[in-house]
Amino acid sequence: MVSLRLDDISAGYASRPVIAGVSTPELRGGQVVALLGANAAGKSTLFRRIFGLLSGGGQVRIDGAASARPVAYMPQDNGARPVLSVYESVLLARMQGRRLKVFDEDHAKVEEILSLLGVTHLRGRNLGDLSGGQRQMVGAAQALAQDPQILLLDEPTSALDLSHQIDLLSLLRRLADEQGLLVIVALHDLGHALRFADAAMVLHRGSLIACGPTAEVITPDLLREVFEVTARIEPCTKGHPQLIVDGRIDMSGPAVSAFAG
Amino acid sequence: MNNSQPAVTQSAEGRDFYRALVRRRQLILLGLSAALVLSLCVDLALGPANYRLGQVIRALFLPGSVDDQLRVILWEIRMPVALMALVVGASLSVAGMQMQTILNNPLASPFTLGISAGAGFGAALALAFGVALFPLAVDYVIPVNAFLMAMLTSLAIYGLSLRRGVTSETIVLLGIALVFIFNALMSLIQFFASQQAVAAVVFWTMGSLTKATWPKLWVSLAVLVVAMPLLARRGWSLTAMRLGDAKAESMGVNLRGLRLEALMIVSLLASISVSFVGTIGFIGLVGPHIARMLLGEDQRFLLPGAAISGALILSVGSVLSKMIIPGTVIPIGIVTSIVGIPFFLYLILNRRVATW
Repeated sequence: MVSLRLDDISAGYASRPVIAGVSTPELRGGQVVALLGANAAGKSTLFRRIFGLLSGGGQVRIDGAASARPVAYMPQDNGARPVLSVYESVLLARMQGRRLKVFDEDHAKVEEILSLLGVTHLRGRNLGDLSGGQRQMVGAAQALAQDPQILLLDEPTSALDLSHQIDLLSLLRRLADEQGLLVIVALHDLGHALRFADAAMVLHRGSLIACGPTAEVITPDLLREVFEVTARIEPCTKGHPQLIVDGRIDMSGPAVSAFAG
Repeated sequence: MNNSQPAVTQSAEGRDFYRALVRRRQLILLGLSAALVLSLCVDLALGPANYRLGQVIRALFLPGSVDDQLRVILWEIRMPVALMALVVGASLSVAGMQMQTILNNPLASPFTLGISAGAGFGAALALAFGVALFPLAVDYVIPVNAFLMAMLTSLAIYGLSLRRGVTSETIVLLGIALVFIFNALMSLIQFFASQQAVAAVVFWTMGSLTKATWPKLWVSLAVLVVAMPLLARRGWSLTAMRLGDAKAESMGVNLRGLRLEALMIVSLLASISVSFVGTIGFIGLVGPHIARMLLGEDQRFLLPGAAISGALILSVGSVLSKMIIPGTVIPIGIVTSIVGIPFFLYLILNRRVATW
């Protein structure tokens, strides 16, 4: 089983440090870990550091990997519009570092992933003709096509409608449970984190301020400190933890109702 | 996420879809190649003495069965020029295509990045004042000067691309600035040069295949033959670059290394071509766009496609340069621009698929 541990890692751009002193306990295959934090907290930088695109202090320890490239990373969509069909773009992600010839097993893998994500009908569509949400699903397919054991997904649900958000997160949950993937996913929807993730890591101004079981990490105190909201976490009628936001904290005064007219 | 179809059927569907795509592209490449062969034969047939296609084909395959005059005209005079059109067209088109790829910018080409203008400046130094930038190559002062200046320009562009915060747009802007600088320097040279030298400089910058000789052809062909497989083996990575830097990096592409490698190869391609035949600005921009419209972004097809389309454009240009005014060979750079640009505009205004 693959595992990942971060030991005092730091990273940044030029002379601007973005994250520092980030350490985690061992994160294991089979887990879905939500990476949380306000905008510009350093989530993408942390992903790029783990994936090896940024250098910096500390160590990223990966043990139990079965291949030379165990980590796949899905960055946020950059809006590029090359003349490539969805099928070709997913195949392209799979074929990196391989020979130019495409084998039947590569086709089988690509088709399996498109099917898992429910986007086989987009197979022949040009990437440039897709909606933002469809592009995100294809981005996830590109990451999965690389046969990863550790999957890093940077806000993969930001452009998806509610049903597709649930579809994608359910699939990630299933891949972790059934195939032993370690999934680390940056999310802004804390309700999704509570529902789908086993653990949560919270970045605040470049530091990791919490890492542990989701229900223990996402607390009213944390929400107040990181997101500047007053909120409660209560079970819904079906027993799932539910986040209820009461209001935004005005840093110069008391909480104001989120629903005030 | 319905998954009602059996996996085996779906896998076959994907494979069949892809194979149909590949077959279509192979047919397009075959069609372009056939057009290229035809154009080459017509190019060989046309000249002060016109021959029928049948005579040309017999002279090509059974040189012993045709009279000496036809054989000499075809093999000694017209063949190096006609083949040079193919090699230079292919080289400039491939160079432009890879510059567009690695800079992710549709405006990138040897012409817009200033490489052609640099070559023109080097050539003008030799033509106007006899300046040899590499004094040992006495017999080839003009092309060697042109080559060195073109490579220097490429290195300047690469050096800039290494600086932090430099985007592909900045690099194209630098290229355009270099074009203006070299043009100003060319004007300065022409201001001080003799009338005869000015005429020589102007003719050189028009781009002409009549400068072609067998040795120049072999050198250009050798560079192309070495460059193509080097670029082809990076096919998957170069294709991924068109998804944008972040996405390509996430697929494991070493952006900096690949950019350096590709830029060096295509600079060599462009510099050699321009130094032998002068400035031909149109091919490196349009050849790749036509290939991309027909074949998509997959470099396994786009790379040969760009080479063939560039070769075809220049070969057709060579044919037209002899046909427009019978008895006169108009410099190819003028023909390709006058005839090719309206054709290109027609293509981009009527295209069904957005390529950028």
